Amino acid sequence: MTDAHPAPTPAERPGHGVAVRLAGLRRTYGTVHALDGLDLDIAPGELVALLGPSGCGKTTALRLLAGLEETDGGRVYVDGKDVTDVPANRRDMGMVFQAYSLFPHMTTKENVEFGLRLRRVDGAARSERASEMLELVGLSAQANRYPHQMSGGQQQRVALARALAIRPQVLLLDEPLSALDAKVRVQLRDEIRRIQLEVGTTTLFVTHDQEEALGIADRVGVMRAGNLEQIAPPDVVYTHPATPFVADFVGLSNRLPGHVSDAAVEVLGHRLPLVDPSTGSGPVTALVRPESVGVHPSDTGSARVVSASFLGSMGRVSVALPDGTLVLAQVPSSAVMALTPSTAVELSLAAVPVVVEH
Amino acid sequence: MTESLLSPGPPVTDGGTRALPRRLRHWSSLLGLVPFLVYVGIFLAVPTIVVVLGAFGGPDGRPTLGNVDALTTPTIINAFVRSITLSGVTAVLGAVAGALIAYTVVTARADGMLRRSVSSASGVLAQFGGVTLAFAFLATLGFNGFLTVFFQDHFGINITGSGWLYALPGLMLVYTYFQIPLMVIVFLPALDGLRPQWREAAEGLGGSTWQYWRHVGIPLLAPSFLGSTLLLFANAFSAYATAAALVSQGSPIVPLKIREAITSEVILGQANVGKALALGMIVVVAVVMFGYARLQRRTARWLG
Amino acid sequence: MAGVTSRRRRRQRVLRWVVLGTATVFFVLPMFAMLEFTTRGMNGTRTLQTWRTLFDVPLLRANYPELWVGLKASAGLAVLTVVLMLVLLVPTMTWVRLRLPQLSRLVEFLCLLPLILPAIVIVVGLAPVYAWVVYLLGDSSLTLTFAYTILVLPYAYRALDAGLSSIDVRTLSEAARSLGAGWGTIMVRIVLPNLRNAVLSAAFLSVALVLGEFTIASLLNQSNLQVGINLLSKRNASMSIAVSFAALAFAFILLFLLSLVGGRRGTRTAEEPA
Repeated sequence: MTDAHPAPTPAERPGHGVAVRLAGLRRTYGTVHALDGLDLDIAPGELVALLGPSGCGKTTALRLLAGLEETDGGRVYVDGKDVTDVPANRRDMGMVFQAYSLFPHMTTKENVEFGLRLRRVDGAARSERASEMLELVGLSAQANRYPHQMSGGQQQRVALARALAIRPQVLLLDEPLSALDAKVRVQLRDEIRRIQLEVGTTTLFVTHDQEEALGIADRVGVMRAGNLEQIAPPDVVYTHPATPFVADFVGLSNRLPGHVSDAAVEVLGHRLPLVDPSTGSGPVTALVRPESVGVHPSDTGSARVVSASFLGSMGRVSVALPDGTLVLAQVPSSAVMALTPSTAVELSLAAVPVVVEH
Repeated sequence: MTESLLSPGPPVTDGGTRALPRRLRHWSSLLGLVPFLVYVGIFLAVPTIVVVLGAFGGPDGRPTLGNVDALTTPTIINAFVRSITLSGVTAVLGAVAGALIAYTVVTARADGMLRRSVSSASGVLAQFGGVTLAFAFLATLGFNGFLTVFFQDHFGINITGSGWLYALPGLMLVYTYFQIPLMVIVFLPALDGLRPQWREAAEGLGGSTWQYWRHVGIPLLAPSFLGSTLLLFANAFSAYATAAALVSQGSPIVPLKIREAITSEVILGQANVGKALALGMIVVVAVVMFGYARLQRRTARWLG
Repeated sequence: MAGVTSRRRRRQRVLRWVVLGTATVFFVLPMFAMLEFTTRGMNGTRTLQTWRTLFDVPLLRANYPELWVGLKASAGLAVLTVVLMLVLLVPTMTWVRLRLPQLSRLVEFLCLLPLILPAIVIVVGLAPVYAWVVYLLGDSSLTLTFAYTILVLPYAYRALDAGLSSIDVRTLSEAARSLGAGWGTIMVRIVLPNLRNAVLSAAFLSVALVLGEFTIASLLNQSNLQVGINLLSKRNASMSIAVSFAALAFAFILLFLLSLVGGRRGTRTAEEPA
């Protein structure tokens, strides 16, 4: 678990942000270690995204923080206080689920008011706060609608309003966008980020979609098998992945044979810097990003285009090396049309640090 | 038989039917439904019409309200009252007990032994009625029943006493035997529909267990609970066989009054009173089932 | 307290044992009483005489003719009803799904109508209809098949409807037709094999209902199993109770087999057999 980049303190953010600390969290189901001694610090007002494949423990971590499950070891601190033994309904956290967030028998407004009602806030104050929250998520017009009358994206926005209405110390989002259409997902993602910045609540966002995590977070924590592989700002996770797993999971990677010597690796005739300069010499597999691979049509080129896809904003080309290895490259959309199958090409690699594995 | 009605003459590439004008194709499609409609027409619609028309038919074949008037005599009104009481009481008892049992099972694992045994047992027991059930209770609480003998021998108490088993109280006990499992079957899906996310959301927002049930759980389950109770009511109201096997003297409830009406040849024209009674039953059951259907729709929307 | 969830779980477990324990006693007691009653011998001894007689077919036939007649009738009725139900419903429901989807609500309504028209009501109006049936087909108990098929409609419809929904008949039949299949082939080779579970489910439910039916048979003066048991009870209480228990055990086995066949679908079975 590498954390060379400590949590930044967004000092200029307003709101209710408090610090969260998960210390050595452990959770076992039978013989499965869902969480294996997880350590995580979240700064006040920060949005940390936990990213990983299913079963990596990200949802478990969130649920332990929420108090919906019990720890088998480790402590949870919110705002400096140990809340490990505090039941879920006294932890003052707002939660948004992947699906079935809203109470179906209540209108939007009643849903948002629910937490306030439990806290015995009187009618007028409740109504005002609910209206304020609905305004924040842009759904004031839907105040008297029922969940089944609204789209998935609208329901999730109401769920967000409901969670924020009680001014929670921490906001917990458990894959809130996974059940939505692709386009709605992107729009809502930006919405959530905007609202979170405005309100300033410390937030933990769980997702399996790496584009989502990279797009929304202050820091991304990549998890695997119950622990953090790396936690760092999105650009760092992408350009300087700490482990091959991270390099593979976040973004696409080509696996190319190479040879390490003198703190650099030789791949396809190019010498590339290493993310981890201390790597020992010898033969390795280098993980090279498609956008680092350049494709140039050339009569003398030894590689051949296998297929090219026009993806709108860019193009993706699959190229076969003489020995049969397939390399995926990203090219400007304007170049795609020229790269018909069987075109002879030359490959170039940008001098960007790469991760290698033995 | 039905195959010839189902196969449109021309061959398969569908050039056939599509070439026909749309209205003709529509009619040929309807032909496929004819056997079913004819069958249901003869064996369901005709009896219903016989009942409805007969309810208003006099002994001389002319329309009359005499049968409907006969429904207002004290004996008949009492029969309806007793039927409604019997159905109401067993519906409520069955609903409460059944809901409780369903709740204890829904918290267990979905494919575990407990859930499956209770589901199967409920399936069988809801089915268990009529003559066989009556005899089961006779074997338990009849004059020579197991419990009767047991209490007589060990405690010297005579529990059969006034022969309550063969009258309304007995019917109430026996009916709950199939009402409870029916409730379990009908209510379990609704309980399953209570998503854990709602409970967790309520908790996260600061609600205690009691608050969750009061504001979320119970309101969400109420339509289904009410609807299921209505279903139980209709079920008990319509039941005949159990009562017929258990009650040999008198006709305390409406179905038995119908038996009396159509099997007794003592008084002429009684048969049409039977039809009026049947009509009365239809009205009651139809109203109840209508309520059930409405409540089911609400449940399906929330918990489906 | 961290123990909130485990406390809740413990409470649930206690509740579960108490409720289910009481329920088990309540439901098992009459069945136990039936067994006890049928094994009573002279002077407080236990005997299996009644049971031995029950499974001794020639003896049964000789000593309890009313029961034997009823048994045969019910067996025949069960088979005939299942066949008639399938022949009537499967093609109709498939046809409606494929060609007349607007009429599906009508068909559903008609199939669920017997829930509002209980047997005791239908039998009142059946007399004139059955006068014709008897005139045309003779006075056999097997003519009850027609009425029974109506009674099983709601349960069979629900089972078959669930089955048809899950196999997307429309797409399958369109694929088959584009490959050259006629309607007959589609029904027999495509729809029925995929409906195996639903068909079995509908069949089992129908059999259970037919075996438990008493109202229509008795009020139309026909004979079936339940009528036979009822008649028998006037003569020999022990035997009639033994048969009742056997019938219940049989229904239990049927529905158990159904649950195995139907996988994890919930048991939606008949309400009180009128």
